Amino acid sequence: MKKFKEKLSGRVFFVLALSTISALVLITVFIFVNGMPLIAEVGLFNFIFGMSWAPEQGQFGIFPMIVGTVSVTLGAALLGIPVGICCSIFMAEFAPAMMKNIFRPAIQLLAGIPSVVYGFWGLIFIVPAISTHLGGVGMSILAGSIILAIMILPTIISISEVSLLALPRTYKEGALALGMTHWQTIRHVQLPAAKSGIVAGVILGIGRAVGETMVVIMVLGNSVALPESILDSVRTLTTNIGLEMGYAAGRHRQALFATGIVLFVIIMILNISAQYITRKKVK
Amino acid sequence: MKRLIITLIILSAGFASSCAARGETNVIVSGSTSVLPYVEILVEEYRILYPEYGVGIQGGGSSAGILAAVSGFADIGMSSRALNEDERDLWSSEIALDGLAIIIHPDNPVDNLSMQQLRDIYTRRITNWSEVGGRDARIHIIAREAGSGTRSAFQDLVMEGEVIHQRAIVQNSNGAVRQLVSGNRDTIGFISLGLAEPQPGLRPVKALQLDGVAPTRENVLNGSYGLYRAFLFVMPEAPEGYVGHFIDYILSEEGQQLLIGEGLISVSGRIG
Repeated sequence: MKKFKEKLSGRVFFVLALSTISALVLITVFIFVNGMPLIAEVGLFNFIFGMSWAPEQGQFGIFPMIVGTVSVTLGAALLGIPVGICCSIFMAEFAPAMMKNIFRPAIQLLAGIPSVVYGFWGLIFIVPAISTHLGGVGMSILAGSIILAIMILPTIISISEVSLLALPRTYKEGALALGMTHWQTIRHVQLPAAKSGIVAGVILGIGRAVGETMVVIMVLGNSVALPESILDSVRTLTTNIGLEMGYAAGRHRQALFATGIVLFVIIMILNISAQYITRKKVK
Repeated sequence: MKRLIITLIILSAGFASSCAARGETNVIVSGSTSVLPYVEILVEEYRILYPEYGVGIQGGGSSAGILAAVSGFADIGMSSRALNEDERDLWSSEIALDGLAIIIHPDNPVDNLSMQQLRDIYTRRITNWSEVGGRDARIHIIAREAGSGTRSAFQDLVMEGEVIHQRAIVQNSNGAVRQLVSGNRDTIGFISLGLAEPQPGLRPVKALQLDGVAPTRENVLNGSYGLYRAFLFVMPEAPEGYVGHFIDYILSEEGQQLLIGEGLISVSGRIG
Protein backbone atom coordinates (compact mmCIF):
# COMPACT_ATOMS: atom_id res chain seq x y z
CA MET A 1 0.00 0.00 0.00
CA LYS A 2 2.75 2.39 1.00
CA LYS A 3 4.69 1.55 -2.14
CA PHE A 4 1.58 2.22 -4.21
CA LYS A 5 1.14 5.60 -2.60
CA GLU A 6 4.77 6.45 -3.33
CA LYS A 7 4.37 5.47 -6.95
CA LEU A 8 1.09 7.33 -7.26
CA SER A 9 2.48 10.55 -5.83
CA GLY A 10 5.32 10.41 -8.35
CA ARG A 11 2.82 10.03 -11.16
CA VAL A 12 0.67 12.89 -9.91
CA PHE A 13 3.62 15.24 -9.81
CA PHE A 14 4.68 14.10 -13.26
CA VAL A 15 1.25 14.84 -14.71
CA LEU A 16 1.15 18.27 -13.10
CA ALA A 17 4.66 19.05 -14.33
CA LEU A 18 3.63 17.88 -17.77
CA SER A 19 0.74 20.35 -17.81
CA THR A 20 3.22 23.25 -17.67
CA ILE A 21 5.08 21.96 -20.70
CA SER A 22 1.86 21.24 -22.55
CA ALA A 23 0.66 24.81 -21.90
CA LEU A 24 3.86 26.04 -23.56
CA VAL A 25 3.44 23.67 -26.49
CA LEU A 26 -0.22 24.59 -26.87
CA ILE A 27 0.45 28.33 -26.92
CA THR A 28 3.42 27.98 -29.28
CA VAL A 29 1.52 25.81 -31.74
CA PHE A 30 -1.50 28.13 -31.59
CA ILE A 31 0.56 31.25 -32.30
CA PHE A 32 2.40 29.62 -35.18
CA VAL A 33 -0.69 28.04 -36.74
CA ASN A 34 -2.49 31.39 -36.67
CA GLY A 35 0.39 33.55 -37.76
CA MET A 36 2.26 31.47 -40.33
CA PRO A 37 -0.34 31.69 -43.13
CA LEU A 38 0.07 35.46 -43.28
CA ILE A 39 3.87 35.29 -43.24
CA ALA A 40 3.69 32.71 -46.01
CA GLU A 41 1.35 34.93 -48.00
CA VAL A 42 3.26 38.20 -47.57
CA GLY A 43 6.70 36.62 -47.49
CA LEU A 44 9.00 36.58 -44.47
CA PHE A 45 11.29 39.27 -45.91
CA ASN A 46 8.43 41.63 -46.79
CA PHE A 47 6.85 41.09 -43.40
CA ILE A 48 9.98 41.79 -41.38
CA PHE A 49 11.49 44.49 -43.56
CA GLY A 50 8.26 46.05 -44.90
CA MET A 51 8.09 49.75 -44.06
CA SER A 52 4.33 50.19 -44.18
CA TRP A 53 1.77 48.88 -41.69
CA ALA A 54 -1.78 49.58 -42.92
CA PRO A 55 -3.84 46.43 -42.27
CA GLU A 56 -6.98 47.96 -43.77
CA GLN A 57 -5.10 48.60 -47.02
CA GLY A 58 -3.52 45.13 -46.92
CA GLN A 59 0.00 46.32 -46.05
CA PHE A 60 1.76 44.30 -43.39
CA GLY A 61 5.31 45.49 -42.76
CA ILE A 62 6.62 45.50 -39.21
CA PHE A 63 10.10 46.97 -39.69
CA PRO A 64 9.24 50.31 -38.01
CA MET A 65 8.03 48.33 -34.98
CA ILE A 66 11.19 46.24 -34.83
CA VAL A 67 13.17 49.48 -34.90
CA GLY A 68 10.81 50.81 -32.22
CA THR A 69 11.34 47.79 -29.96
CA VAL A 70 15.10 47.90 -30.41
CA SER A 71 15.40 51.64 -29.81
CA VAL A 72 13.27 51.69 -26.67
CA THR A 73 15.04 48.61 -25.27
CA LEU A 74 18.44 50.07 -26.07
CA GLY A 75 17.48 53.31 -24.33
CA ALA A 76 16.28 51.41 -21.27
CA ALA A 77 19.49 49.36 -21.22
CA LEU A 78 21.72 52.46 -21.50
CA LEU A 79 19.93 54.08 -18.58
CA GLY A 80 19.29 50.99 -16.49
CA ILE A 81 22.44 48.87 -16.75
CA PRO A 82 24.99 51.31 -15.24
CA VAL A 83 22.65 52.25 -12.41
CA GLY A 84 21.70 48.62 -11.79
CA ILE A 85 25.27 47.28 -11.73
CA CYS A 86 26.53 50.11 -9.52
CA CYS A 87 23.63 49.51 -7.16
CA SER A 88 24.45 45.80 -6.95
CA ILE A 89 28.14 46.54 -6.25
CA PHE A 90 27.09 48.94 -3.50
CA MET A 91 24.80 46.35 -1.96
CA ALA A 92 27.33 43.51 -2.16
CA GLU A 93 30.45 45.41 -1.15
CA PHE A 94 29.82 48.73 0.52
CA ALA A 95 26.42 48.85 2.18
CA PRO A 96 26.34 48.44 5.96
CA ALA A 97 23.80 45.91 7.22
CA MET A 98 21.30 48.60 8.16
CA MET A 99 21.26 50.09 4.68
CA LYS A 100 20.98 46.64 3.11
CA ASN A 101 17.86 46.14 5.17
CA ILE A 102 16.37 49.25 3.60
CA PHE A 103 17.61 48.81 0.04
CA ARG A 104 16.78 45.16 -0.50
CA PRO A 105 13.05 45.31 0.37
CA ALA A 106 12.77 48.62 -1.51
CA ILE A 107 14.13 47.04 -4.66
CA GLN A 108 11.83 44.07 -4.24
CA LEU A 109 8.94 46.49 -3.91
CA LEU A 110 10.02 48.14 -7.17
CA ALA A 111 9.67 44.75 -8.85
CA GLY A 112 6.22 44.28 -7.36
CA ILE A 113 4.61 47.46 -8.70
CA PRO A 114 2.16 46.46 -11.48
CA SER A 115 3.25 47.66 -14.90
CA VAL A 116 0.03 49.60 -15.45
CA VAL A 117 0.93 51.76 -12.46
CA TYR A 118 4.34 52.51 -13.97
CA GLY A 119 2.60 53.39 -17.22
CA PHE A 120 0.07 55.65 -15.55
CA TRP A 121 2.79 57.42 -13.62
CA GLY A 122 4.77 57.87 -16.84
CA LEU A 123 1.73 59.24 -18.65
CA ILE A 124 0.91 61.75 -15.93
CA PHE A 125 4.46 62.71 -14.93
CA ILE A 126 7.19 61.83 -17.47
CA VAL A 127 5.28 62.55 -20.69
CA PRO A 128 4.19 66.09 -19.73
CA ALA A 129 7.67 66.80 -18.31
CA ILE A 130 9.31 65.86 -21.62
CA SER A 131 6.71 67.82 -23.55
CA THR A 132 7.27 70.95 -21.44
CA HIS A 133 11.05 70.89 -21.33
CA LEU A 134 12.03 69.29 -24.63
CA GLY A 135 9.01 70.02 -26.83
CA GLY A 136 6.74 67.80 -28.87
CA VAL A 137 3.96 65.65 -27.48
CA GLY A 138 6.19 63.91 -24.94
CA MET A 139 5.05 60.44 -25.96
CA SER A 140 8.43 59.26 -27.15
CA ILE A 141 11.28 56.76 -27.11
CA LEU A 142 12.76 58.78 -24.24
CA ALA A 143 9.66 58.45 -22.06
CA GLY A 144 9.44 54.70 -22.69
CA SER A 145 13.16 54.20 -22.06
CA ILE A 146 13.10 56.03 -18.73
CA ILE A 147 10.20 54.01 -17.37
CA LEU A 148 11.45 50.68 -18.71
CA ALA A 149 14.89 51.41 -17.22
CA ILE A 150 13.28 51.70 -13.79
CA MET A 151 11.29 48.53 -14.39
CA ILE A 152 14.31 46.40 -15.31
CA LEU A 153 16.42 47.62 -12.38
CA PRO A 154 15.23 44.97 -9.86
CA THR A 155 16.09 42.12 -12.25
CA ILE A 156 19.57 43.46 -12.98
CA ILE A 157 20.32 44.37 -9.37
CA SER A 158 19.19 41.16 -7.71
CA ILE A 159 20.89 38.79 -10.18
CA SER A 160 24.12 40.82 -10.23
CA GLU A 161 24.20 41.06 -6.44
CA VAL A 162 23.65 37.33 -6.02
CA SER A 163 26.46 36.52 -8.44
CA LEU A 164 28.82 38.94 -6.66
CA LEU A 165 27.98 37.44 -3.27
CA ALA A 166 28.37 33.89 -4.62
CA LEU A 167 32.09 34.42 -5.35
CA PRO A 168 34.42 32.48 -3.03
CA ARG A 169 35.74 34.68 -0.21
CA THR A 170 39.27 33.64 -1.14
CA TYR A 171 39.15 35.78 -4.33
CA LYS A 172 38.66 38.94 -2.37
CA GLU A 173 41.00 37.96 0.47
CA GLY A 174 43.75 36.98 -1.96
CA ALA A 175 43.49 40.23 -3.90
CA LEU A 176 43.54 42.32 -0.74
CA ALA A 177 46.47 40.32 0.59
CA LEU A 178 48.37 41.14 -2.59
CA GLY A 179 48.01 44.80 -1.73
CA MET A 180 45.10 45.74 -3.98
CA THR A 181 42.76 48.46 -2.76
CA HIS A 182 39.09 47.68 -2.29
CA TRP A 183 38.14 49.35 -5.58
CA GLN A 184 40.96 47.58 -7.45
CA THR A 185 39.71 44.29 -6.04
CA ILE A 186 36.19 44.97 -7.26
CA ARG A 187 37.33 46.26 -10.63
CA HIS A 188 39.95 43.62 -11.49
CA VAL A 189 38.91 40.53 -9.53
CA GLN A 190 35.30 40.44 -8.46
CA LEU A 191 33.56 42.02 -11.46
CA PRO A 192 35.39 39.83 -14.02
CA ALA A 193 34.70 36.74 -11.93
CA ALA A 194 30.99 37.53 -11.63
CA LYS A 195 30.71 38.65 -15.25
CA SER A 196 28.59 35.78 -16.53
CA GLY A 197 26.00 36.22 -13.78
CA ILE A 198 25.82 39.97 -14.34
CA VAL A 199 25.46 39.53 -18.10
CA ALA A 200 22.68 36.99 -17.55
CA GLY A 201 20.90 39.49 -15.29
CA VAL A 202 21.22 42.18 -17.93
CA ILE A 203 19.85 39.88 -20.63
CA LEU A 204 16.88 38.89 -18.49
CA GLY A 205 16.25 42.57 -17.79
CA ILE A 206 16.35 43.32 -21.50
CA GLY A 207 13.95 40.42 -22.07
CA ARG A 208 11.54 42.05 -19.67
CA ALA A 209 11.85 45.37 -21.50
CA VAL A 210 11.20 43.73 -24.88
CA GLY A 211 8.12 41.92 -23.59
CA GLU A 212 6.58 44.83 -21.68
CA THR A 213 3.29 45.97 -23.20
CA MET A 214 1.07 48.03 -20.96
CA VAL A 215 3.62 50.73 -20.16
CA VAL A 216 4.67 51.24 -23.74
CA ILE A 217 1.10 51.44 -25.03
CA MET A 218 0.56 54.30 -22.63
CA VAL A 219 3.70 56.38 -23.15
CA LEU A 220 5.13 55.64 -26.61
CA GLY A 221 2.42 57.23 -28.75
CA ASN A 222 2.34 54.17 -31.04
CA SER A 223 3.17 55.80 -34.40
CA VAL A 224 4.08 53.30 -37.10
CA ALA A 225 6.92 55.35 -38.56
CA LEU A 226 10.68 55.14 -38.35
CA PRO A 227 11.84 57.46 -35.55
CA GLU A 228 14.16 60.35 -36.40
CA SER A 229 15.03 61.32 -32.83
CA ILE A 230 14.52 60.04 -29.30
CA LEU A 231 11.64 62.50 -28.97
CA ASP A 232 9.69 60.74 -31.72
CA SER A 233 6.82 58.39 -31.05
CA VAL A 234 7.31 54.73 -31.98
CA ARG A 235 5.40 51.47 -31.74
CA THR A 236 6.86 48.25 -30.37
CA LEU A 237 5.93 44.70 -31.42
CA THR A 238 4.03 44.08 -28.18
CA THR A 239 2.10 47.32 -28.49
CA ASN A 240 1.03 46.44 -31.99
CA ILE A 241 -0.76 43.36 -30.69
CA GLY A 242 -2.17 45.00 -27.57
CA LEU A 243 -3.42 48.03 -29.44
CA GLU A 244 -5.16 46.43 -32.37
CA MET A 245 -6.37 43.02 -31.17
CA GLY A 246 -9.74 44.41 -30.10
CA TYR A 247 -11.05 44.96 -33.61
CA ALA A 248 -8.80 42.78 -35.70
CA ALA A 249 -10.41 40.15 -37.90
CA GLY A 250 -9.27 37.94 -40.77
CA ARG A 251 -5.86 38.80 -42.20
CA HIS A 252 -5.39 41.63 -39.73
CA ARG A 253 -5.73 39.13 -36.87
CA GLN A 254 -3.30 36.75 -38.55
CA ALA A 255 -0.84 39.61 -38.94
CA LEU A 256 -1.01 40.27 -35.19
CA PHE A 257 -0.27 36.61 -34.49
CA ALA A 258 2.61 36.83 -36.96
CA THR A 259 3.89 39.81 -34.96
CA GLY A 260 3.65 37.51 -31.96
CA ILE A 261 5.84 34.93 -33.72
CA VAL A 262 8.59 37.49 -34.30
CA LEU A 263 8.36 38.58 -30.66
CA PHE A 264 8.39 34.97 -29.50
CA VAL A 265 11.58 34.27 -31.45
CA ILE A 266 13.31 37.39 -30.06
CA ILE A 267 12.44 36.54 -26.44
CA MET A 268 13.45 32.91 -27.04
CA ILE A 269 16.88 33.98 -28.29
CA LEU A 270 17.36 36.29 -25.28
CA ASN A 271 16.36 33.61 -22.75
CA ILE A 272 18.47 30.90 -24.34
CA SER A 273 21.52 33.14 -24.42
CA ALA A 274 21.00 34.07 -20.76
CA GLN A 275 20.81 30.37 -19.87
CA TYR A 276 23.83 29.55 -21.99
CA ILE A 277 25.91 32.25 -20.30
CA THR A 278 24.98 31.19 -16.76
CA ARG A 279 25.63 27.55 -17.54
CA LYS A 280 29.09 28.33 -18.86
CA LYS A 281 29.91 29.79 -15.46
CA VAL A 282 29.08 26.55 -13.64
CA LYS A 283 31.56 24.49 -15.69
CA MET B 1 -9.33 23.32 3.14
CA LYS B 2 -12.96 22.44 3.73
CA ARG B 3 -13.85 26.10 3.53
CA LEU B 4 -12.02 26.38 0.23
CA ILE B 5 -14.00 23.48 -1.22
CA ILE B 6 -17.27 24.97 -0.07
CA THR B 7 -16.35 28.32 -1.63
CA LEU B 8 -15.51 26.57 -4.89
CA ILE B 9 -18.82 24.77 -4.90
CA ILE B 10 -20.72 27.98 -4.30
CA LEU B 11 -18.76 29.73 -7.04
CA SER B 12 -19.37 27.00 -9.57
CA ALA B 13 -23.05 26.95 -8.69
CA GLY B 14 -23.09 30.68 -9.40
CA PHE B 15 -21.47 30.11 -12.77
CA ALA B 16 -23.94 27.38 -13.62
CA SER B 17 -26.92 29.56 -12.82
CA SER B 18 -25.59 32.49 -14.83
CA CYS B 19 -25.09 30.15 -17.78
CA ALA B 20 -28.64 28.97 -17.41
CA ALA B 21 -29.87 32.58 -17.46
CA ARG B 22 -28.04 33.12 -20.73
CA GLY B 23 -29.72 30.02 -22.11
CA GLU B 24 -33.13 31.69 -21.82
CA THR B 25 -32.06 34.65 -23.94
CA ASN B 26 -34.69 35.59 -26.48
CA VAL B 27 -32.99 38.25 -28.58
CA ILE B 28 -29.38 37.98 -29.69
CA VAL B 29 -27.73 41.20 -30.86
CA SER B 30 -24.34 40.95 -32.55
CA GLY B 31 -21.94 43.21 -34.43
CA SER B 32 -20.11 46.53 -34.27
CA THR B 33 -17.96 47.16 -31.23
CA SER B 34 -18.62 50.92 -31.62
CA VAL B 35 -22.34 50.37 -31.07
CA LEU B 36 -21.88 47.65 -28.48
CA PRO B 37 -21.24 49.80 -25.36
CA TYR B 38 -24.38 51.86 -26.03
CA VAL B 39 -26.54 48.80 -26.58
CA GLU B 40 -25.15 47.32 -23.36
CA ILE B 41 -26.46 50.34 -21.47
CA LEU B 42 -29.84 50.04 -23.18
CA VAL B 43 -30.02 46.35 -22.35
CA GLU B 44 -29.28 46.99 -18.68
CA GLU B 45 -32.27 49.31 -18.46
CA TYR B 46 -34.40 47.01 -20.60
CA ARG B 47 -33.73 44.07 -18.28
CA ILE B 48 -34.91 46.11 -15.31
CA LEU B 49 -38.07 47.29 -17.08
CA TYR B 50 -38.92 43.97 -18.73
CA PRO B 51 -37.30 41.17 -16.76
CA GLU B 52 -39.31 38.62 -18.73
CA TYR B 53 -37.43 39.44 -21.95
CA GLY B 54 -33.82 38.36 -22.27
CA VAL B 55 -31.24 40.00 -24.54
CA GLY B 56 -27.75 38.71 -25.29
CA ILE B 57 -25.05 40.89 -26.88
CA GLN B 58 -21.95 39.90 -28.83
CA GLY B 59 -19.22 41.97 -30.54
CA GLY B 60 -17.33 40.93 -33.65
CA GLY B 61 -17.61 43.95 -35.93
CA SER B 62 -20.22 45.39 -38.28
CA SER B 63 -19.74 42.96 -41.14
CA ALA B 64 -19.75 39.93 -38.88
CA GLY B 65 -22.90 41.20 -37.16
CA ILE B 66 -24.79 41.71 -40.40
CA LEU B 67 -23.69 38.29 -41.60
CA ALA B 68 -24.85 36.75 -38.33
CA ALA B 69 -28.28 38.37 -38.67
CA VAL B 70 -28.63 37.18 -42.28
CA SER B 71 -27.60 33.64 -41.46
CA GLY B 72 -29.83 33.48 -38.38
CA PHE B 73 -27.11 33.14 -35.74
CA ALA B 74 -28.26 36.46 -34.35
CA ASP B 75 -31.62 38.25 -34.44
CA ILE B 76 -30.18 41.71 -34.90
CA GLY B 77 -26.93 42.84 -36.48
CA MET B 78 -25.36 46.07 -35.24
CA SER B 79 -23.56 48.17 -37.83
CA SER B 80 -21.60 51.41 -37.52
CA ARG B 81 -21.12 51.67 -41.28
CA ALA B 82 -23.54 52.22 -44.13
CA LEU B 83 -24.94 49.12 -45.84
CA ASN B 84 -23.16 48.17 -49.06
CA GLU B 85 -24.67 47.10 -52.39
CA ASP B 86 -25.28 43.47 -51.41
CA GLU B 87 -26.96 44.44 -48.16
CA ARG B 88 -29.47 46.98 -49.54
CA ASP B 89 -32.37 44.48 -49.49
CA LEU B 90 -32.09 43.96 -45.74
CA TRP B 91 -34.38 45.69 -43.28
CA SER B 92 -32.50 48.30 -41.29
CA SER B 93 -33.22 51.00 -38.77
CA GLU B 94 -31.06 53.85 -37.56
CA ILE B 95 -31.02 53.73 -33.77
CA ALA B 96 -28.88 56.83 -33.29
CA LEU B 97 -26.36 59.10 -34.98
CA ASP B 98 -22.80 59.54 -33.77
CA GLY B 99 -21.07 62.77 -34.74
CA LEU B 100 -17.31 63.11 -35.07
CA ALA B 101 -15.69 66.18 -33.55
CA ILE B 102 -12.27 67.47 -34.60
CA ILE B 103 -10.69 68.61 -31.37
CA ILE B 104 -7.73 70.84 -30.45
CA HIS B 105 -6.41 72.50 -27.29
CA PRO B 106 -8.54 75.45 -26.07
CA ASP B 107 -5.49 77.76 -26.20
CA ASN B 108 -4.99 77.09 -29.90
CA PRO B 109 -6.31 80.20 -31.75
CA VAL B 110 -7.58 78.17 -34.74
CA ASP B 111 -11.40 77.94 -34.78
CA ASN B 112 -12.19 76.69 -38.23
CA LEU B 113 -10.72 74.35 -40.82
CA SER B 114 -11.89 73.48 -44.30
CA MET B 115 -12.35 69.81 -45.13
CA GLN B 116 -9.39 70.14 -47.51
CA GLN B 117 -7.18 71.61 -44.77
CA LEU B 118 -8.19 68.81 -42.40
CA ARG B 119 -7.27 66.23 -45.03
CA ASP B 120 -3.96 68.01 -45.70
CA ILE B 121 -3.15 67.98 -41.98
CA TYR B 122 -3.81 64.25 -41.68
CA THR B 123 -1.69 63.49 -44.76
CA ARG B 124 0.99 65.93 -43.46
CA ARG B 125 0.91 68.20 -46.49
CA ILE B 126 0.26 70.85 -43.83
CA THR B 127 2.63 70.39 -40.90
CA ASN B 128 2.61 73.78 -39.15
CA TRP B 129 -0.26 75.51 -37.37
CA SER B 130 0.75 78.85 -38.94
CA GLU B 131 -0.39 77.52 -42.32
CA VAL B 132 -3.98 77.39 -41.07
CA GLY B 133 -3.98 80.59 -39.01
CA GLY B 134 -2.42 79.36 -35.78
CA ARG B 135 0.88 80.05 -34.09
CA ASP B 136 4.20 78.86 -35.50
CA ALA B 137 4.35 75.30 -34.17
CA ARG B 138 4.48 71.79 -35.55
CA ILE B 139 1.12 70.03 -35.81
CA HIS B 140 0.97 66.71 -33.96
CA ILE B 141 -1.77 64.55 -35.43
CA ILE B 142 -3.49 61.96 -33.31
CA ALA B 143 -5.49 59.07 -34.72
CA ARG B 144 -7.19 55.90 -33.51
CA GLU B 145 -5.83 52.40 -34.12
CA ALA B 146 -6.43 50.39 -37.30
CA GLY B 147 -9.73 48.54 -37.12
CA SER B 148 -11.44 51.08 -34.87
CA GLY B 149 -14.89 52.17 -36.05
CA THR B 150 -14.12 55.80 -35.28
CA ARG B 151 -10.98 55.65 -37.41
CA SER B 152 -12.81 54.04 -40.31
CA ALA B 153 -15.58 56.67 -40.08
CA PHE B 154 -12.94 59.44 -40.20
CA GLN B 155 -11.21 57.63 -43.06
CA ASP B 156 -14.46 57.41 -45.05
CA LEU B 157 -15.81 60.88 -44.28
CA VAL B 158 -12.64 62.97 -44.48
CA MET B 159 -9.77 61.24 -46.22
CA GLU B 160 -11.34 60.58 -49.65
CA GLY B 161 -9.26 57.50 -50.30
CA GLU B 162 -6.00 58.90 -48.94
CA VAL B 163 -4.36 57.31 -45.91
CA ILE B 164 -3.80 58.87 -42.48
CA HIS B 165 -0.07 59.61 -42.24
CA GLN B 166 2.04 56.97 -40.48
CA ARG B 167 3.64 59.58 -38.24
CA ALA B 168 0.26 60.03 -36.49
CA ILE B 169 0.27 59.24 -32.80
CA VAL B 170 -2.12 56.36 -32.18
CA GLN B 171 -4.32 56.04 -29.09
CA ASN B 172 -6.79 53.25 -28.51
CA SER B 173 -9.78 55.07 -27.06
CA ASN B 174 -11.77 58.29 -27.42
CA GLY B 175 -10.82 59.13 -23.84
CA ALA B 176 -7.08 58.77 -24.45
CA VAL B 177 -7.26 61.02 -27.52
CA ARG B 178 -9.17 63.64 -25.55
CA GLN B 179 -6.73 63.44 -22.65
CA LEU B 180 -3.75 63.97 -24.93
CA VAL B 181 -5.30 66.88 -26.84
CA SER B 182 -6.46 68.63 -23.67
CA GLY B 183 -2.89 68.55 -22.35
CA ASN B 184 -0.95 69.71 -25.41
CA ARG B 185 -1.38 72.92 -27.41
CA ASP B 186 -0.13 71.60 -30.74
CA THR B 187 -2.20 68.44 -31.14
CA ILE B 188 -5.29 67.67 -33.19
CA GLY B 189 -7.52 64.61 -32.86
CA PHE B 190 -10.98 63.24 -33.62
CA ILE B 191 -13.47 61.71 -31.17
CA SER B 192 -17.15 61.03 -30.76
CA LEU B 193 -19.07 64.31 -30.67
CA GLY B 194 -20.70 63.66 -27.29
CA LEU B 195 -17.32 63.15 -25.66
CA ALA B 196 -15.98 66.50 -26.90
CA GLU B 197 -18.38 68.44 -24.69
CA PRO B 198 -17.13 69.78 -21.36
CA GLN B 199 -17.09 67.06 -18.72
CA PRO B 200 -16.76 67.52 -14.99
CA GLY B 201 -13.23 66.86 -13.76
CA LEU B 202 -11.69 66.79 -17.23
CA ARG B 203 -9.74 69.59 -18.90
CA PRO B 204 -11.75 71.05 -21.80
CA VAL B 205 -11.01 70.64 -25.51
CA LYS B 206 -12.12 72.83 -28.40
CA ALA B 207 -14.24 71.28 -31.15
CA LEU B 208 -13.41 72.91 -34.50
CA GLN B 209 -15.89 74.24 -37.02
CA LEU B 210 -15.63 72.57 -40.39
CA ASP B 211 -16.10 74.85 -43.40
CA GLY B 212 -17.68 77.33 -40.98
CA VAL B 213 -20.21 74.87 -39.52
CA ALA B 214 -20.12 74.20 -35.80
CA PRO B 215 -20.26 70.56 -34.65
CA THR B 216 -23.58 70.55 -32.84
CA ARG B 217 -26.40 68.05 -32.68
CA GLU B 218 -28.66 70.48 -34.56
CA ASN B 219 -26.18 70.85 -37.41
CA VAL B 220 -25.85 67.07 -37.68
CA LEU B 221 -29.64 66.71 -37.78
CA ASN B 222 -30.14 69.41 -40.42
CA GLY B 223 -27.36 67.93 -42.50
CA SER B 224 -24.98 70.93 -42.54
CA TYR B 225 -22.27 69.23 -40.45
CA GLY B 226 -21.15 66.25 -42.48
CA LEU B 227 -18.98 64.31 -40.04
CA TYR B 228 -21.36 61.76 -38.59
CA ARG B 229 -22.31 58.17 -39.02
CA ALA B 230 -25.46 56.24 -38.28
CA PHE B 231 -25.62 53.30 -35.92
CA LEU B 232 -27.83 50.71 -37.61
CA PHE B 233 -29.78 47.68 -36.53
CA VAL B 234 -29.95 45.26 -39.44
CA MET B 235 -32.01 42.13 -39.99
CA PRO B 236 -33.37 40.15 -42.92
CA GLU B 237 -37.02 41.15 -42.42
CA ALA B 238 -39.00 43.71 -40.47
CA PRO B 239 -38.96 42.74 -36.79
CA GLU B 240 -41.92 41.38 -34.91
CA GLY B 241 -42.59 39.72 -31.57
CA TYR B 242 -39.96 40.10 -28.89
CA VAL B 243 -37.33 41.40 -31.33
CA GLY B 244 -39.75 44.16 -32.31
CA HIS B 245 -40.44 44.88 -28.66
CA PHE B 246 -36.71 45.50 -28.02
CA ILE B 247 -36.33 47.77 -31.06
CA ASP B 248 -39.48 49.68 -30.11
CA TYR B 249 -37.94 50.28 -26.69
CA ILE B 250 -34.72 51.66 -28.22
CA LEU B 251 -36.62 54.01 -30.54
CA SER B 252 -38.97 55.08 -27.73
CA GLU B 253 -38.53 58.43 -25.98
CA GLU B 254 -37.03 56.60 -23.02
CA GLY B 255 -34.46 54.63 -25.00
CA GLN B 256 -33.44 57.64 -27.08
CA GLN B 257 -33.01 59.80 -23.96
CA LEU B 258 -30.65 57.16 -22.60
CA LEU B 259 -28.56 57.33 -25.79
CA ILE B 260 -28.55 61.15 -25.75
CA GLY B 261 -27.30 60.96 -22.18
CA GLU B 262 -24.38 58.88 -23.47
CA GLY B 263 -23.52 61.51 -26.07
CA LEU B 264 -25.25 60.15 -29.17
CA ILE B 265 -27.71 62.07 -31.33
CA SER B 266 -31.31 60.91 -31.35
CA VAL B 267 -32.78 59.89 -34.68
CA SER B 268 -36.32 60.86 -33.66
CA GLY B 269 -35.67 64.54 -34.50
CA ARG B 270 -34.66 63.68 -38.04
CA ILE B 271 -37.06 61.01 -39.11
CA GLY B 272 -40.01 62.21 -37.03
